[in-house]
Amino acid sequence: MLGASLRRPAAGQVPSRTSTALRRRLVVGALVLLAFALITVSFRDGERGPLDRVQEAGAGALRPFQVAAERVAAPFEDGYRWLDGLFTARSEAERLRKENDVLRQQAARIELATRENARLKALLAFRDGPSFPGGYDGVAAAVIGRPAGAFSQAVVIAAGSNDGVRRNDPVVTQDGLVGLVTRVSARTARVTLLTDDRSAVSAVDAGTEAAGVVRHGRAARSTLVLDRVPKEDVVRVGDTVVTAGWRVGQLSSLYPRGIPIGRVTSVGQADTDLYKQVLVEPFADFRSLDSVLVLVVTDEERP
Amino acid sequence: MISAARATALVFVAAIAQVAVFSGIDLLATTPDVLLVVVVAVAFARGALFGSVAGFFGGLVVDTATLGVLGVTSLLLTLAGFWAGRYAETTGRGRPFAPYLAVGVMAVLVTAGGIVVHYLLGDGVDLRGIGAGIVPTVVLDVALAVLLVPVSRRVIGTPRLDRAREVEIVV
Repeated sequence: MLGASLRRPAAGQVPSRTSTALRRRLVVGALVLLAFALITVSFRDGERGPLDRVQEAGAGALRPFQVAAERVAAPFEDGYRWLDGLFTARSEAERLRKENDVLRQQAARIELATRENARLKALLAFRDGPSFPGGYDGVAAAVIGRPAGAFSQAVVIAAGSNDGVRRNDPVVTQDGLVGLVTRVSARTARVTLLTDDRSAVSAVDAGTEAAGVVRHGRAARSTLVLDRVPKEDVVRVGDTVVTAGWRVGQLSSLYPRGIPIGRVTSVGQADTDLYKQVLVEPFADFRSLDSVLVLVVTDEERP
Repeated sequence: MISAARATALVFVAAIAQVAVFSGIDLLATTPDVLLVVVVAVAFARGALFGSVAGFFGGLVVDTATLGVLGVTSLLLTLAGFWAGRYAETTGRGRPFAPYLAVGVMAVLVTAGGIVVHYLLGDGVDLRGIGAGIVPTVVLDVALAVLLVPVSRRVIGTPRLDRAREVEIVV
C-alpha cells in the first residue's frame, strides 16, 4: 500500500485554504465598501446626482419584469385574497354584529337623550318664563322610579335633601302641576301625584275666579275634578284651572298661586247637589313623566 | 458555471417577486422576505463568497426597482449571504435543519440591521411595530424556507459543499 502511487494535485490546481479565505474576505469587504459607497452617494446626491439617473434607468429596465411578475402573480393573489376573505368573513360578520348591537344601543340612548333634552329645555324655559312663581327656585330632577301596584299614585325623583328638596314642596312640569313631595331622603324624594286619593289642591278658575278643590277623579285616574264649587259660581268648559295659593295669617297653601292644573272639560249641576260637578283634564301627562321641577322656596322667602 | 447562472437567475426572480408580489402581501401582520430566504439558500448551496455576491446583487435589484437609497438592502443581504455561507461551510455542514435555522436568525439580524441603517439615514423607525412583527416575520420566513430551500437546491443543483472533494494523503 505504501508503495502505491498517490495522486498529488498539481501546483495551483486546487487553491489553498489560506488563499480561498483571503479571496472570500476581499470580495466581501469590497462588496460591503461598495454598498457603503452606494449608500453615501445615493443619500447625499438625492434626486439630482448621476447615480440617480442610473437608478432610474435601472428601474425602467426592471419595470417589465415587475409588470410580468405582477401579472403572473395576479391570479394567485386573487385566490389568496378570496381565501383570506373566506376565513375572515365569519369573524368579520361577528364583529359587525357586535358593532351593530352597540350602535343600536347608542341610537336608543341618543333618542332618549334627545327627548330628555327637549323636556329639560322646556322645563328651563318654564323656570325662566313669566309664569314661574316668584319666591321659588326650580330643582330639576329625573323620574327614576314608580312604586309598584295601583294603590299609590306616586313617582320617585333623583333629587333629595342634598339638593334642597323638602317635604311638601310642589312639583311641576312645563305643562302644569304634578303633585307634592311627601318623603325626602338625601338623594331621592317621593312625589305623590295629583291623581292620588290623598291629594287635594285649592284651585280657582283662572277666568271667573270660582274657587274649589282639585281632587282625583272617580271615573278615571287621569281625570281630576274641581270640587266644592258653589252652584252660584260660574265655571265654563274650556276654562283653565290654576292653583289658588291662598294665605290666611300664618297659614298658607302649600302651592304658590297661578300654577296651571288643567282645563275644564265638563260642568254639571244637580238639584240635589250642593256644589257643581266640574271635570278637569290635567295639563301634565302623569303616564309619561320623565323629568320634573321641584319648586323650592328661596332662602329669602323661607320662614 | 451553469449552476452560478441558475443561482443568479433565481436571485433575480426572487428580487422581482419580492418587489412586485410579496411586499404587498400582509400575512400575520407582516410581509414574507422571499429574497432573504433565497439568498440564504444560495449561500448554503454555493458558499459564503457566492452568497455574499448574490445578496449584493439581489439587494441592488430591490433598491433599484423600488427607487430607494441604493446600497441599503445590498449591504444587509451581502452580510446575510456571507454569514449564512460561512455557517453552511462550517458548523451547519451536513445538518438538515441548518438552512431553516439560518433563515430564522438572518430574519432577526437583517431586521435589526435595517433598523440601524435606516436610523442612521434619518428615517422614521417604528420600533414598537417592528418589535411586534419580529416573531411573525421569523415564523413566516422559516415556513417559506421549508418550501423554497428544496426548490432552490433543485434549481441550483446539489450543494458544492456536500460534494466529496479530492483527498490528499500525506505520508
